Amino acid sequence: MRRLLIAIAALPLLPLSACGLGGEEADLQVYSARHYDLEAAFADFTEDTGLTVEFLDGDDAELLERLKAEGDDTSADVFMTVDAGMLWNAAEQDQLAVMDSAVLEEAVPRDLRDPEGRWAGLSMRARTVVYDPEAVDPAELDAADTYAGLGDPQWQGRICMRDETSSYTQSLVASLIDLHGRERAQEIVESWVANDVEVMSNDIELLEAIDAGGCEVGITNHYYLARLLEEDPDLGVEIYWASQEGDGAHVNISGAGVVAESDSPAEAQQLVEWLATDGQSQFVDDNHEFPVNPDVAPEELIAGFGDFERMPVDAAAYGSLNADAVEVLDAAGYR
Amino acid sequence: MTHPLARLPGGAGRRGWSLLVLLVAAVVASPVVGVAAVAVAGDGLTAPGGTGEMIATTALLLGLVAVGTGVLGTGLAWLVTAYDFPLRRTLAWLLVLPLAMPAYILGFVFLSTFDYAGPVQTALRSVLGDDLGVGSDGLPVRSVVGAAAVLVLTLYPYVYLTTRAAFLELAPTAYDAARSLGAGRARAFRVVLLPLARPSLAAGLALVMMETLTDFATVQYFGVRTLSVGVYLAWKGSFDLASAVAVAVLVLLAAVVVLALERALRGRASYAQRGGRGSGLARRRLTGPRAWVATGAAASVVALAFALPVVRLVTWALSALGDDTGAGVDDRFADRLVSSAVLAVVVAATCVTVSLLVAHALRLGGGRVVRGAAQVTTFGYAVPGAVVGIGVLVVFQGADDALVALGVEGGTGLLVTGSVLGVLVAYVVRFTGPAYQAVDASFSRVPTSLTQSALSLGAGPGRLLTRVHLPLVRPGVAVALTLVLIDAVKELPLVLLLRPFGFTTLSVWVYELASENFWERAALPALLIVALAVLPVVLLNHSSRAVDPSARVVR
Repeated sequence: MRRLLIAIAALPLLPLSACGLGGEEADLQVYSARHYDLEAAFADFTEDTGLTVEFLDGDDAELLERLKAEGDDTSADVFMTVDAGMLWNAAEQDQLAVMDSAVLEEAVPRDLRDPEGRWAGLSMRARTVVYDPEAVDPAELDAADTYAGLGDPQWQGRICMRDETSSYTQSLVASLIDLHGRERAQEIVESWVANDVEVMSNDIELLEAIDAGGCEVGITNHYYLARLLEEDPDLGVEIYWASQEGDGAHVNISGAGVVAESDSPAEAQQLVEWLATDGQSQFVDDNHEFPVNPDVAPEELIAGFGDFERMPVDAAAYGSLNADAVEVLDAAGYR
Repeated sequence: MTHPLARLPGGAGRRGWSLLVLLVAAVVASPVVGVAAVAVAGDGLTAPGGTGEMIATTALLLGLVAVGTGVLGTGLAWLVTAYDFPLRRTLAWLLVLPLAMPAYILGFVFLSTFDYAGPVQTALRSVLGDDLGVGSDGLPVRSVVGAAAVLVLTLYPYVYLTTRAAFLELAPTAYDAARSLGAGRARAFRVVLLPLARPSLAAGLALVMMETLTDFATVQYFGVRTLSVGVYLAWKGSFDLASAVAVAVLVLLAAVVVLALERALRGRASYAQRGGRGSGLARRRLTGPRAWVATGAAASVVALAFALPVVRLVTWALSALGDDTGAGVDDRFADRLVSSAVLAVVVAATCVTVSLLVAHALRLGGGRVVRGAAQVTTFGYAVPGAVVGIGVLVVFQGADDALVALGVEGGTGLLVTGSVLGVLVAYVVRFTGPAYQAVDASFSRVPTSLTQSALSLGAGPGRLLTRVHLPLVRPGVAVALTLVLIDAVKELPLVLLLRPFGFTTLSVWVYELASENFWERAALPALLIVALAVLPVVLLNHSSRAVDPSARVVR
């Protein structure tokens, strides 16, 4: 019996010795909060440059804490997120190195990258309005300020949106605060609540509810609609580009920066540059996102959604107003 | 102090064993202390707005879940131990299976099934017309009650397992005495057995409450704002680690209250049984319709809590495999399966060993401090996984810096980055709670006189552990192993945050797919998690059959 106990006590040492043997490290290591098929794009990068890449998925706020805790011992070279506010935050907390890159300045529009060059957007996701064509005439929607327009009493009991824990909801509201001021943003959110907005816990569920007739109008990221349309071209949901006669549709980015304590900053920057140029299509198309690089065309299905004007992305606002957005949603009783 | 062991004479205990308890408690407490220190050093602790309301919601949810799991778990445990009915044996272990279903999967499955666009309401609409008589929004699935229902269905097995183990271990003497003195079965159950099973019921309920406190997935799906949603919002919505920690500390305080209640529920009484471990009760055979009602009741719980979600997942998995080659069946498949399995086994063995040593050390005596420390070892279970993860990172980094400052080149070399040790420590911090609860409940039924006799007859503490205590608490150890194995297979936030490059478990895989709403593709790995978690349940069934007195069925 005692021998058994000793054996059990020694068990934990097994994986330790196993990991000590560990496989060879890749040239570049990426902390990524983006979970769409990254392998394919990275494989192409390796083919183009000879540099190998491995990545670690996670939640962006947690990965940022891990970066901070690891400090100069970190093995990460690139930090990739799906929210401009988070990139701004990582830069504010000194976790990202400055990339002095003419390539990125050329490839990425000014509002989609850090003015100091610490991160760059790589793909765009639009958060816009979708509707049930059987129940809604698009002319009913407010073309000047579509988001605020959903607070009009005519939408009473007809709208679905995402929950307040969603970063999508938070950054949309942050952008409304940025555009209209906190007081007006508070009124807008309260008007949604007054319209008995049905709050859903994910975008696919929301789109399926519209398709099934449970809601008539909703707000979603465009690529979720594209994904469902790919599976079922007859889906009963239409896209509406929000606020085209006003500030434009709300857009957020997925982007990346070089980790401040990276051991291979030059190669890391090379990866970010490649993703913004030669690798754009590989990076964005699988997930039906819009390329940031104006020289690269979006894939066919979302190109079919038509051209649209976008609200300029203000990462500093998304990042710094996110907490305000949560407070606004809280105060309005949005849940 | 209400702990039964308070009466153990020779209070000072063995110094080495007492130190061990203190050490384990320090390890478990360190991540929370570490993360709180960082937060305080930052902006100071301030609870975010709306905290009062969140506390109320959390209390309501806790109450509903506690009552639900208490009634369902104890009731079912009683049903399968006191009566015999068709399929009893099979159902007795099937009833544990819902434990294998991670809440982050079950919550989604339930909503997708019962929400507006789901098959249930769609079918109802096609029969009853568009508004179901409840308005155009459909049934109010998304509510505190909905969340509580899902949590009860996933968590009742904790209560079921612990109380069933107690019923099986009961020496039948007290019960038989009550019966022979004229008490009916129900009265004997209520007056004699239920009080005797109280430590186990309390242990099970404490686990349920802690799970409920840290649950984020289910409450988020159902739009219920509990304290753990508060942690999430403060941290990820407001980038405010300090507020998040403040709320996490509240969660921890709630757990302390829960555990204090557990101690109170155990009462001052001692639960030791004369004559060692009992062999359970004589089971009464139900006949006719009553037998089928019993079978039906148990089967419908299994169907709702386990079969239904599995069927949904299988449907999705088939559809993903049918129309997509990228459904994930490739060489990574085996790799992730092995990662999950190995991690779970190592974690379970470690946690159970630690709990066994701590409970044994307590038996050897020790003062108030040691008993308090033993309680601290269970608190990790009530801390949100992500907070434990960050805490471990902070502590390891601190230890490293301290060593470097002392002139040790390269520090501990143990820095969490890419170290499986970090993951392991974090798991031990988090899962010693359930293991200790189960082992301790079993210990409480071992008479202290037995321990004293062994010691006075000259057995050393080591021999006492292996020859006396371990054999007597085997049912608790089996339950503990099962609980931790299952928990470790399902666990997500710790492994997600701390894992090294290239180490991907099934739960991480599900997370990657599910967080982007690829539910059909996530179904296959989710099913694998369930399958992996079912294994220990089967093993537990096997090991508890050894003490299952089926020979004593009354005809």
